[in-house]
Amino acid sequence: MDKLVTRVGVLFVVALLAFVAMVLGVDQAFSVHMGIACVAALIAMAVSMNKFDFLTQRFPVLSGPSVASRYDDDPIRWGVIATMFWGIAGFLVGLIIALQLAFPLLNLNLEYTTFGRLRPLHTSAVIFAFGGNALIATSFYVVQRTCRARLAFPGLARFVFWGYQLFIVLAATGYLMGVTEAKEYAEPEWYVDIWLTIVWVSYLAVFVGTLVKRKEPHIYVANWFYLAFIITVAMLHLVNNLSMPVSLFGSKSYSAFAGVQDALTQWWYGHNAVGFFLTAGFLAMMYYFVPKQAERPVYSYRLSIVHFWSLIFLYIWAGPHHLHYTALPDWAQTLGMVFSIVLWMPSWGGMINGLMTLNGAWDKIRTDPIIRMMVMALAFYGMSTFEGPMLSIKAVNSLSHYTDWTIGHVHSGALGWNGMITFACLYYLFPRLWGRSRMYSLRMINWHFWLSTIGIVFYASAMWVAGIMQGLMWREYGADGYLVYSFAETVAAMFPMYVIRAFGGLLYLCGALIMVYNVWMTVAGRLRDEKAMTETPHNPDADRPYVAVPAE
Amino acid sequence: MTKNKRIDAPTGTQTVGHEWDGIEELDTPMPRWWVFTFWGTIVWALGYIVLFPAIPMVSSATQGLWNWSSRGQFEKELQAEAVRRAPITSALAAISVEQLAGDERLYQAAVEGGRAAFKVHCVQCHGSGAAGSAGYPNLNDDDWLWGGDMPAIHYTLTNGIRQPDHDETRFSQMPAFAGVLSNGEIDAVTSYVRSLSGLEKASPKSAIGAALFSTNCASCHGVDGKGLRAFGAPNLTDGIWLYGGDKASLTTTVNNARYGVMPRWDNRLDPVTIKMLAAYVHSLGGGEANPAPAATPVPKAAKVASHVQP
Repeated sequence: MDKLVTRVGVLFVVALLAFVAMVLGVDQAFSVHMGIACVAALIAMAVSMNKFDFLTQRFPVLSGPSVASRYDDDPIRWGVIATMFWGIAGFLVGLIIALQLAFPLLNLNLEYTTFGRLRPLHTSAVIFAFGGNALIATSFYVVQRTCRARLAFPGLARFVFWGYQLFIVLAATGYLMGVTEAKEYAEPEWYVDIWLTIVWVSYLAVFVGTLVKRKEPHIYVANWFYLAFIITVAMLHLVNNLSMPVSLFGSKSYSAFAGVQDALTQWWYGHNAVGFFLTAGFLAMMYYFVPKQAERPVYSYRLSIVHFWSLIFLYIWAGPHHLHYTALPDWAQTLGMVFSIVLWMPSWGGMINGLMTLNGAWDKIRTDPIIRMMVMALAFYGMSTFEGPMLSIKAVNSLSHYTDWTIGHVHSGALGWNGMITFACLYYLFPRLWGRSRMYSLRMINWHFWLSTIGIVFYASAMWVAGIMQGLMWREYGADGYLVYSFAETVAAMFPMYVIRAFGGLLYLCGALIMVYNVWMTVAGRLRDEKAMTETPHNPDADRPYVAVPAE
Repeated sequence: MTKNKRIDAPTGTQTVGHEWDGIEELDTPMPRWWVFTFWGTIVWALGYIVLFPAIPMVSSATQGLWNWSSRGQFEKELQAEAVRRAPITSALAAISVEQLAGDERLYQAAVEGGRAAFKVHCVQCHGSGAAGSAGYPNLNDDDWLWGGDMPAIHYTLTNGIRQPDHDETRFSQMPAFAGVLSNGEIDAVTSYVRSLSGLEKASPKSAIGAALFSTNCASCHGVDGKGLRAFGAPNLTDGIWLYGGDKASLTTTVNNARYGVMPRWDNRLDPVTIKMLAAYVHSLGGGEANPAPAATPVPKAAKVASHVQP
């Protein structure tokens, strides 16, 4: 009872402070945000007082199977649904801004819907809302099972989930209102940064606490990657967001760094957001879900050790390759490029370990669309982590930098690797979290696989062509030694590529919508009566099924 | 742990003996090609670090054995290009604007250079096809506010239009007639001006406007409304409108006047580039012959329907 009184009291004080800050706010956006914080605290207070687990009481389906799981799975169930929700939101906004580039009329002449404000909404929605929720949910799932321990600090785990959603809402509404630090992938302003720091430290505490409670002698490789992701993101977030607010009651702040130092800090952050959020974190997902789905041992323990340590040691230095041929001193550019190239094999170690884990189960690519997605994800991971070092070479970078080639590179990684592996993990999780025997429809997963794959091919190839064309046009000199094209002419030349890119994005979104339907029916407890993906291949000569033969 | 080691049947490889939630690990050696490639990139990296600037020291960084720098490379490329272009640029620097129009080879070289410079400095207002837009003149036609021969274009480029603090700039100021003329009178004047290019039929109102025009406007725009380049006063009879020829736009123009500006380029671009820009704009279709020395502006030819690029 004392605990409850304390909690309600703290929440009430938080709500009160947020209300005061709202009234004192010097700009409208800050007041809106404090209003949102105040409402969130009041809701949390009411929920605590009623001892009412809102989601699971109001929507019993969210509490999963009636048999109590040995693990604490409620936050994971909310997490996978949040992942789906933010994913659709992020893909949709991505499609809208892709169309805005082709048809500027779609900016609607409203400040809230201009490309400049929707673009960070898209990137943050897919990276931090879709990807972040997937990472938090799967990490809670994986760490419990591979440690054979329930989550440490269950209350804090729930705070992590809800606190992270509040962070997403504050960030997203901030972008629409024009609140930004103007740092790519770190746009939220100082007070949202502080909130995320609190949430992230709580996340670290839950994760490490669970590791400490483990009943296994060793820590599984997936957990190394999760821990590297959580710790490094905390460090990156803290350093890059060091800033001084103009007013305690206003949204504006100024960075602690200036000029090229600011740029280097930003890209040290930005590149490692890719390295530790989108690579290390998702490799952690891969290391648990690929062996589980394939029902095969991990290919090489030694490779996992060597590629883990080399990856996390090398990645942190690669950021300066975002600043080739700028005011950044040459020596720093050199190091950025060199570390990026050496990073090639450590990155590929993850791909090899993932793909080769299928040794002895390659036939599942034919029968299991989830395995198919995982293989495609690893293939795109391999392609992007080859393309990345290549783009970091100065000679290549002088052509590719500032062009849409970069956008194509990011999306073959994000749509192909992060998206596909997340979908595969979600397809693995939904039936298990709700106690169903399988997903509602395997054939729909297959449709999702093909729509996504074809969508990515349209997207990435359009951006490669657009980027290389753009780079060549910018640098094209006529016989007389003068530039041939004006900037506006290169923009006009991109139009068909922009349309193809938007079409690719549309296919990807359609695949995700099929997934939503499939997930909905699975959670509702339905099973689609459908033909199996494939018959077991029958060898008529031997009058026996063909037996799967391992690759080596 | 060792007691859990077993041989995995499909691959024939031994497991490490760990197990987590049913996941085991094989003791497969790292692929040889992977290890060799990894070492290869490391060796390459060490070589690269020795050859290029790489290691930060106290006040600067190591230069690298090849003594390469990105600024040095840039300077070298610029210099090579300057040397290659030197014959043309020095010839352009030596020739006068008046003579340039007569030297076909140099004129063409200047047009090409101007085309590139135009795309950097001029397209923002005049458009990449130099067709202009509302408030920004179309440079493809032969309708010139300040003159369309080489020296006149060159003068406009050099000194700009309505640049404060610059005595040589092209400058004119049409009065704002709001308050000077009544609304009815302005209505009449605009009707008359529109009738000059056939946008309206002559009417009693435009007749009143004609009288007002001759007292208020003719001193700059000419008695016949054909404009006067000495003042940058536009020709009102040719159907070409910088700010629009519809009734509303014209009413705004007469009420408030318009003072478009163009930067002076003599403090931003080198003389050769300005010359090249002049040649390019001159080549667009409306370029006129050099004036006879010390002559008054040549009366303009009638609008040519289509312009052929030289």
